[in-house]
This record gives sequence, C-alpha cells and structure tokens, in this order.
Amino acid sequence: MSTEAHVDGNVLGGMLMEMFGAEMTDRRGCCGECGAIGTMGSMHVYVEAPGDVMRCPACSAVLLVLTRIEPVVRVHVVQLAWVEMAAD
Amino acid sequence: MVGTAVPRRLTWLVAEVVEMVDETARARSIVLRCPGWSGHLAGQHVDVRLTAEDGYQAQRSYSIAAPADGEKVILTVELVDDGEVSPYLIEELSEGDRLEIRGPIGGYFVWEPGRGGPLQLIGGGSGVVPLMAMVRARVEGGSDIAVRYLSSARSVDLILYREELARLARDSEGVEVLYTLTREQPDGWTGLTRRVDSEMLEAHAFGAGEEPLCFVCGPTPFVEAVASALVDLGHKAERVRTERFGPTGG
Amino acid sequence: MSLISRGFRRRDRVEAPEGRVPLGQYATSDFPVLSAGPTPRVSQDEWNFTLKGVDGTERTWSWDEMQALPSEDITVDIHCVTKWSKLDTVWEGVSVDTFLAGLGDPGTFVLARSYGGYTTNLPTADVVEGKAWIVYGYNGEPLAAEHGGPARLLVPHLYFWKSAKWVNGLEFSNSDRRGFWESYGYHDYGDPWLEQRYRGD
Repeated sequence: MSTEAHVDGNVLGGMLMEMFGAEMTDRRGCCGECGAIGTMGSMHVYVEAPGDVMRCPACSAVLLVLTRIEPVVRVHVVQLAWVEMAAD
Repeated sequence: MVGTAVPRRLTWLVAEVVEMVDETARARSIVLRCPGWSGHLAGQHVDVRLTAEDGYQAQRSYSIAAPADGEKVILTVELVDDGEVSPYLIEELSEGDRLEIRGPIGGYFVWEPGRGGPLQLIGGGSGVVPLMAMVRARVEGGSDIAVRYLSSARSVDLILYREELARLARDSEGVEVLYTLTREQPDGWTGLTRRVDSEMLEAHAFGAGEEPLCFVCGPTPFVEAVASALVDLGHKAERVRTERFGPTGG
Repeated sequence: MSLISRGFRRRDRVEAPEGRVPLGQYATSDFPVLSAGPTPRVSQDEWNFTLKGVDGTERTWSWDEMQALPSEDITVDIHCVTKWSKLDTVWEGVSVDTFLAGLGDPGTFVLARSYGGYTTNLPTADVVEGKAWIVYGYNGEPLAAEHGGPARLLVPHLYFWKSAKWVNGLEFSNSDRRGFWESYGYHDYGDPWLEQRYRGD
C-alpha cells in the first residue's frame, strides 16, 4: 500500500468537531470492513480529491467522505462502523 | 440539540498579526493575538482560512509552536514549493494584518507534563513545530521529565529553532537535542548525516524498556518509516503517536 | 462573508487564450495530483484491461496486446472540478473506439473501473467517436503512477474525475450506475462548459 498520498485524521479534526460537537481525534473508531480499531486522528485521509476521503489504515476501506458542495458540507458515513464518544 | 452553545474552538476567530519572526530562509513564525482564544495544549493545531476578494477560499492546518499564553498563538510556517497558502503567509502577511483561525484542534497528538514521560520527540522538516511546543511546555512548566528531541532536516540552514534549542539543552537538566542532516552538511559537522533509521533510534532514542511517550511528526513517508522502526524496536504502538503532513510536508 | 485576507489570491494563474477556460476555472501550469485513495502499484506484466459488452461479451487485453494497437498522440485541454484547467496537455494512447471494434453491444452507459476500486460513470456516447482514449504516455514519458499510470482513461470534454486513473476495464450496460464521486453528489454527466459539478447543476 502506497504511503505518499495521504495525510492523517488530524487534518479533519476541525470537521469532526463540527460534526460531533466535540474533539474527536483521540476517539477510537472501527472499520466496518476489516474490524481494525484506531483513533480518528490516525486514520488516513486523502484530501481534495475533490472531496476528502477518510480510509482505514489497515485495509483502505472508505470510512467517511466529506464533500463541500457549497453551501452544503456533507459527511457520508460509509464504512465507519462505530466511533466512541467520551464517557461522561 | 437543546441548550448547547457552539464551543469557541469551532467558530472562526479573527486574530491579529502582532509580529512576524524569521526562523530560516524558508520559514517564519507568526505571532498572533486572538481575542476569545480558549487556550490550548502543546501538539494541537489551528485551521487557518484565507479569503480572496473574489470569494475564493483556501484552508490549511498549522501546528501551534508554543504552549498556551493567554491570547497569544504562535504558528511556524515553512514554505511549500508551489504552495498556495504558505507563500502568502510567509511573503505577504505582515504585522497588523488579520487572519482567521479556528481551534485548538487535536486531542490525540498532544502532550502536557501531567501525561508523564520520558518524552521522545522525532520530527522531519517542519514536523518539529508541534514538538517544539512540547519542549517549550516542558521547560516553561518547570517539569523534570527527560526529553530527547531528534530533528531531521535537509541542511543546517533549514533547522528550525536551533539557537533556542541549544540554549534550552544547555540550561535545562534532562533536555537532549540531536540533529541529522540528510542532504548536505557544513564543514566540520559532527552530527548525524542520514535519514532516521532503526540503528539511529537504537543508538539515540529512549529504549523500549524506558517506555517513553513518542511523538513523530512530519511528511507521511518519514512518519511511517520512523513509527514502524520504533514499533520494531519494541515500543508499544499505543505509546507512539504520529502526525502526518502529507507528501510535501504541509 | 468571511474576513478578506489582504493581498491573497489563487496561486499560479496562467493567462489563457480567449474561450479556452470554462467559467469558474483558472488555468494552471501545475499538474496537481489529487487522489481518493492510495496509489495502486500495477506492473505491466500484471496489467490487463477488459471491456464488457451489454450482451455479456468480454474481451481482455494484456499490456503487450494493448501496445500493439494503433496509438495516437493527443493534445487536449483538461478541466478539474477543483477549478484548475490545464491547456494543451499531451498524451499517447489508444482510442476507446479501437477497443470497441468487434465487441458486442456497447449499450447506452459505461462504468469505468480502476485498480484500487475507483469507479466513474458516463454515457457510451461520450467515450466513442474519438472522444476518449486509454492513455499510457504523458508529455512524451510513460504515465507516472501518481497521475494514473500505467494507463488511465482520458475523456477531456468532461470534468477530469471522469478520466479514471489506473483504469482496469469498461463495463457497458443500458442502465446508468453511479460511480464513486457521483454517488457522493457529483454530477452524473459533468460538462465543464455548463459547470455541471454537482448533481442538480
């Protein structure tokens, strides 16, 4: 698997905050394709492709796709099986 | 959702450029005063948004270079060849200009003295910016946690924060700074001269047995190589945190 | 309206002759590398390309078989939905018409499939009659992997996300099935001269 084209989930930190209303980069998420679990901040992100594509670092499955089709910003939840919220 | 206020860190804030500081021939630090800033931890970053007169917008993330200090937010930006935002921030932005920022962002790649150590910091190119915030946090916080800072740069003139790091290493107990120059070295260079690899980490980084918290930041290929090497040397994956800037380094 | 950043403008605007750059685009001398996923690494030995007709007929070409087909040098302008246009790009490849000769029914729609899983949909009419190629050379050199090599689809009259990198096959049918970006809201057709970026445009 090539390593040169992606950044990591920290780049989408701002968007994740908007979506969940909380800091999410240190929250664990699970890939629905292969079951791998990792922090949202460590997921692989391909930016401006034209949308942003978050993929599983283990199997490359598409977890989230972010599109900015003015004025609507949409997050497509594709194969992100779950993401943890903070315990109160 | 009833009764929720939008957290300040989600809204775009207007900061004022208080000072532009030359770091190297290719990098400057931007000292911002940001009314309404809620504070931040070392390692966090901000989103910066630029808007042209025709409405065109560009947004990038930049790591904060220093620990929280009221309304002060310092970013260090390195020029990306063929970049769109970094040339503006480095060549055009001036004292008195205003800049839209949002943050702080990042809960994963953060460190504060309370999280313990020892602290192993490894940065490639401008990947050292969030690591410098961690070093500054360690020193300013009066912590005695042992820190080893390893920075990889292509040449000596591209090393960021060199004078300050030399002073901190000299004046603080337990702060060690090492450089490796990968492309060219000045005459008389006695430091390391190749890409960070397993042998270098084995010789100079905290050993896996010391259970350091490792933070690795820089271009994607650099981070992947260093993080794998650390894990191969026995460091637990949970204690190796990474931040990848992408192929060009941000 | 957001704060205007004094002195900030789009990078790398290149002056372009009248009428060459569609509305909303700017000409660039760059060739940005934009990708929805990791770059597949496909050797010429393992590369193959398959056309599937509506009636189930199928034909596959190996790299050598594809190289033996008549090729052309193509000079075209390309337009990316992220707003950059690049004029007079030079490619080398084989017209899709050449592959289609002798295949069964090409139906009304085609789905391009790529190594790595990327897909994009187009009408058959837009890949025939000299409008599309499978290209393996760019600017006189073998097409780099980051730009879609060993071979990509080239359909320059539509937004460049339709020119599927790392193309592995074309599936023809009579129903339009949305590809990757189309399923996330991008336009099914994608004419840059009508600014058809998003569904509904």
